Amino acid sequence: MNGFVTLCMKLDATRSTHLKLDALKDYFRSAEDGDAAWALYYLMGNKPRRLVSTTLLREWVADAQELPLWLVEETYEHVGDLAECLAALWPQGDTAMDPMSLKQVVETELLPLAKCNEQEKRERLSSIWSRFNREERFLFNKLITGGFRMGVGRSLSARALAELAELEAPVMEQRLMGAFSPDAASYRRLFAEETEQDSLARPYPFFLAKALDKEPQELGPVEEWQAEWKWDGIRAQLLWRGGQFHLWSRGEEQIGERFPELETYSMGLPDGTVLDGELLAWDGEAPMSFQELSRRVNRQKPGKKILRDIPVLFMVYDLLEAGGEDLRALPLRERRQRLLPILGRLGGDRFRISETLQAQSWEQLAELRSHSREQRVEGLMLKRLDSPYGSGRRGDSWWKWKVDPFRVDAVLLYAQAGHGRRAGLYTDYTFGLWKEGELLPFAKAYSGLSDEELKEVDRFIRKHTVERFGPVRQVEPHLVVELAFEGLQASKRHKSGVAVRFPRIIRIRHDKSPAEADHIEELLNRVT
Amino acid sequence: MQFGQLLEARAGGLYSPAADAWIDSRRPVERALITHAHGDHLGYSHKQAWCSASCAPLAAKRLGAKVQLHGIPYGEAFRMGEAWISFHPAGHILGSAQIRIEVDGQVAVVSGDYKRGRDGVSQPFEVVPCDVFVSETTFGLPCYVWPDPRKEGERLRAWWRSNQEQGACSVLLAYALGKAQRVLPLLEGVEGPILMHASADPFVQLYRDQGVQLPPTERATAERIKQGVAGAMVIAPPSVQNTPWLRKLRPCRLAMASGWMQVRGVRRRMGYDDGFILSDHVDWPELLQTVKDSGCSELWCTHGFAGPVARYFREQGLKAQVLAADETRLEME
Repeated sequence: MNGFVTLCMKLDATRSTHLKLDALKDYFRSAEDGDAAWALYYLMGNKPRRLVSTTLLREWVADAQELPLWLVEETYEHVGDLAECLAALWPQGDTAMDPMSLKQVVETELLPLAKCNEQEKRERLSSIWSRFNREERFLFNKLITGGFRMGVGRSLSARALAELAELEAPVMEQRLMGAFSPDAASYRRLFAEETEQDSLARPYPFFLAKALDKEPQELGPVEEWQAEWKWDGIRAQLLWRGGQFHLWSRGEEQIGERFPELETYSMGLPDGTVLDGELLAWDGEAPMSFQELSRRVNRQKPGKKILRDIPVLFMVYDLLEAGGEDLRALPLRERRQRLLPILGRLGGDRFRISETLQAQSWEQLAELRSHSREQRVEGLMLKRLDSPYGSGRRGDSWWKWKVDPFRVDAVLLYAQAGHGRRAGLYTDYTFGLWKEGELLPFAKAYSGLSDEELKEVDRFIRKHTVERFGPVRQVEPHLVVELAFEGLQASKRHKSGVAVRFPRIIRIRHDKSPAEADHIEELLNRVT
Repeated sequence: MQFGQLLEARAGGLYSPAADAWIDSRRPVERALITHAHGDHLGYSHKQAWCSASCAPLAAKRLGAKVQLHGIPYGEAFRMGEAWISFHPAGHILGSAQIRIEVDGQVAVVSGDYKRGRDGVSQPFEVVPCDVFVSETTFGLPCYVWPDPRKEGERLRAWWRSNQEQGACSVLLAYALGKAQRVLPLLEGVEGPILMHASADPFVQLYRDQGVQLPPTERATAERIKQGVAGAMVIAPPSVQNTPWLRKLRPCRLAMASGWMQVRGVRRRMGYDDGFILSDHVDWPELLQTVKDSGCSELWCTHGFAGPVARYFREQGLKAQVLAADETRLEME
């Protein structure tokens, strides 16, 4: 496991993508195929079925170190990572690195745990822990508990392997799709030469819009721009090539299997078509909430009921390939002209073109934008009519002109310690609003504060804790913050009666008292 | 919280009624007893202050001439009011002391900050038996178990050498007094200049004045930096991170020497390139050992994880309490 431990320590020590890539390449170049296969499997975030309950792990470590369980919990809360915490608490031996390879560790120590009873598991683990040094123990625990994040995901692993195999990154991405089987043969297959299958499934890099950071008038004459609604779904590319359907999300994940209805209707497309668009849960007239769409996306193989309850629609923005020809260099105006007849011929109601909004002036567009919420969209998209389809978030030809977020003043009610970089700091907050004279929790928010402010709030929380429920602290309702969020919906699942999207902290309002915080009833009136 | 006439926890800090003196008071007081010369223990503008003889030159540097300062040799008891006071090595930094207060055969010991491991620079910790022990608990969780400082020293030298090979300057962040001097012996054996930030440099001389053997150092003045710092080791306080001063040292690698570096999340959050686990505080096993060695029947906990430590010892049958409700963690060493 030596090489793998060294790799992980290197990955952990740097924040530079470049250095991480180098470390990955070094490792994959020299590792045995069988070890590399397992390393890749874990780096991509996979883990075998849970082998031991984490509750038991804590109890065993507490017992062995003669520590009360609450102190183990307290330490976990501070360290912010269970694998690391348990590795640190195990009696320290000054051992050299264990000679076992990663493959041996996983296949002869880890996986057989599944067949052991509790007592055997405990004995085996104790013996392994004692043989390892602290770093090895930490990594071994990571292999058991999962959540193996080293600042490397599938995408970076794929890049490293692609460079070693001298293949394009999307080809490697494609080969790593689905269930990667962690054995030497599968690993070697990743390095095979590019096949026709690889090229059929390969998407184009997505072209992304930047947030509009100026007055739209500064973009020039409105006639030079195409305006559309900014739909709030999942950006995706749909490929129909050689009788195969592929659907790629913007995260470069293949999600075609989850949307069988789109596959069916894609068969009506001419061969060699690539569409750029937005996946939306659609109730026939308008998009359903993003939460509904999430439910769909989270199902790898959706059943009949969910297919019926949450139908999806592919809102088409752009045509990237027609008849197998790459159209990205054409102006948007022309791509759109060629898109219309293709969609026109398509039956069913699973595809829809994202309509362009007609306006004579920026003021008219601004007026349209002000109705975004009623349309259940996030605002407007502005695209230059003569723009080619670029890649990444580059250039000045595509802009998102989002509607201003909702804002409320809310009161900090609960806090929990963060994980990873925020370990040991209270950074996960629950905020409340007034309802009938009572502060009700209504949103959780984690982001928006600077490091300095995080420390300030952390100190506040420690000084004003009223009660502790395990890792959660209830604080005196005193600190007011301004929150922004996007979607706002009535919800029966939440005690407050509302569900919000993307809540984040705008600023701390030292100038406001809790009594001045907002009321849920008032907020509900804003739900359209 | 009170222990007879020996010691009392008051709103303003620790006070000994028998001696009519405050211990490590941050507010100006008539009579101050000082464990060591770090700012949060030293206070300012006291009328009179007592500390160990070895601490006195360091404390004088920070307190200025207005405070009437008495340096007392380690182990030498003197009378103050109804109490006998003496200072005993705490092993934290040069001159750091535990303060022993005795009244009618009863003994209180205030540890200040302390560590058990020897660093070759500060006077080694001495066990002082007592009835009530006031212990720091900065790192009072069982995940804190210090590695052998010699091994961290090896890592530190290897890091310096590897930066030299890449033509980069090594910047080691360390508290200006104590840590900055304590790391110096660990750097011996690598060819290359050691530059001290202006805040740490004067203390190097004060250490040498007391006979502490340290490798040669230079002051990191603007002119010296202009001459080129590739391959050099620069020791600077953590506050230089993200300042223009640090940018002048580029290309450089940044590392922190602190016990906090033992936790991965903290290391990552702080954004250093590397971390060396070098602490001047007790770790968990040392804390347990020291409480046991002291033979105390009552334990007052302060700093860091006072709550969990007090609860742990209460469950072990000791009368243990938290000294101050103020629970600021992650304070820098």
